Amino acid sequence: MYIIGIWIAAFLTLCIFSFLYKDNPFYKLAEHIYIGSSAAYMFIYVYFFDVKPMLIDKFRTSVGFDKWILIIPSLLGIIMLLRVVPRIGWISRWAIAFTIGLGSGIGIVTGVHGFVLPQIKATFVPLIVMGNWMESINNLVLIVGTLTATLYFYFSKEHKGAIRLPIRIGISLIMVAFGASFGYTVMARLSLLIGRIYFLLHDWLHLVK
Amino acid sequence: MFVLIFLFHLSPSHNVKVFDTPNDKGGAVYIEWELSADDSIVSCYEVLRSENNVDYSVIATPLPHSNRFDDTDVKNGKSYWYKIRAVAGTDSSESAVFGPVHSSAQWFHHKRWNALVLSIILCGLALWYIMEAKKGKPLFIRRIAGLEAVDDAVGRSTEMGKPILYVMGLSIMGDIATIASLSILSRVAKRAAMHNTPLIVPCYDPIVMAACQETVKQAHLEAGRPDTYDESKIFFLTSDQFGYAAGVDGIIVRDKPGAIFLQGTFYAEALIISETGASVGAIQISGTPAITQLPFFVASCDYTLIGEEMFAASSYLSREPVMLGSIKGEDYSKLIIMIVMGIGILLATISQFGLLRGVAEKFIDWFTMV
Repeated sequence: MYIIGIWIAAFLTLCIFSFLYKDNPFYKLAEHIYIGSSAAYMFIYVYFFDVKPMLIDKFRTSVGFDKWILIIPSLLGIIMLLRVVPRIGWISRWAIAFTIGLGSGIGIVTGVHGFVLPQIKATFVPLIVMGNWMESINNLVLIVGTLTATLYFYFSKEHKGAIRLPIRIGISLIMVAFGASFGYTVMARLSLLIGRIYFLLHDWLHLVK
Repeated sequence: MFVLIFLFHLSPSHNVKVFDTPNDKGGAVYIEWELSADDSIVSCYEVLRSENNVDYSVIATPLPHSNRFDDTDVKNGKSYWYKIRAVAGTDSSESAVFGPVHSSAQWFHHKRWNALVLSIILCGLALWYIMEAKKGKPLFIRRIAGLEAVDDAVGRSTEMGKPILYVMGLSIMGDIATIASLSILSRVAKRAAMHNTPLIVPCYDPIVMAACQETVKQAHLEAGRPDTYDESKIFFLTSDQFGYAAGVDGIIVRDKPGAIFLQGTFYAEALIISETGASVGAIQISGTPAITQLPFFVASCDYTLIGEEMFAASSYLSREPVMLGSIKGEDYSKLIIMIVMGIGILLATISQFGLLRGVAEKFIDWFTMV
């Protein structure tokens, strides 16, 4: 059984790699198997890891407020499913509106607490560190980078006049950061490719130990 | 020697303090104690709990030399009593009983005042400028290249007789990037409806799919073309990351869209999709707040909306005064944040020379409270 599994995995890996040449029936086959099986898997996953433990089991075991509060998400879920009935499908907009409103509300708090405050905090560094010029340069880059990059995202003024230079510095530093991130991520992707090739050569063909 | 051993009695833990864990959703009690005077020979401390102050059971055995424990297995409103037992070999000694104590949920996290104050300032500024916009005050927003190209991309697709592909990314409906992406989709769908150009929207999340269907349907109504709305073009693909990428790649090479919009939260599939899009010669406009994926979009797409630009997109495209007001409010919030940063940097620098050290510490502490 294990051997059959290896052969199927190797065949499907080659089918997916065949896309590098061009779209072909083998890629289509692997693509459709992948999408179909992953969608089915996610359906089961959502049931057993979300719906069952967080709704059905919790409803059975909870008492009082903890039990009855579950009616709200259940109702919203049912409302969402009403989309399949065209005549009353519009009711599903309530559930969608609730989800969007919830996301926006939570987004404000998590955005301020998770991104804005830590970024402000990280910028509170001395411009001059006595006796340590390396750290002074490091802090200078950090301060200039943060302030000029923030200025780039100021939309109320055209990038002209006095703010043109700081904005140019800001976007240049953003691009430098992107370049570094690009190289770092490409290295990570290469390790994924190596992992797949190792599977083919080691697990399937036994050409490497 | 024998007499000494016989008379030895392990010193118990003192000053046991038990209280409801602060700033939480309830269901937790915090216990701390002073270490036994014989801590050097203590092998472990045992936390004993009772629900009636009679029958005690060991609920935890923290490591030696530890003096705190968070009991997260309690029910809100129920009384509990605690004591700490110091154990050294076969010898043990118990502290005085502490209790009863109840756990409860707190409505407000007292160490998040900074987040509350900042949120009020940011939201207040946005609301102020929205009101100003409603009064008819003209508000200027600078040109954003990627967004200017939206209409061109739709027009190009129409001229070529090819469909438009709109990819919402991998996030759920609660994500701000997905919400922003819906606004851009609305504009694209409206333009596509006006030109009668097919719009394909493969979705990763079923709820996002439902929201996309509603958005596109509304856009067709606004364009005066409800008859051309085709729900089957906005469909669920799969909730698996690379399954989704494989599916979108398949759509790109088979339908050969003239324009591809990649707007939302993306992960490792970003480059796979955008590279395939580039290979079929489609004009690509991407936008994401995902910092790790932006470099790939910058490299492989014609236009890229970097983070905040994507969030500003809805206001920019609609040109509605109310939405422009929110962008204006955001801009002034950024100015305030930059001023605060400047003050913090100044205080951190001069405090190095012994000046305003107390003020600097208080200022920085306020922003670092967690």
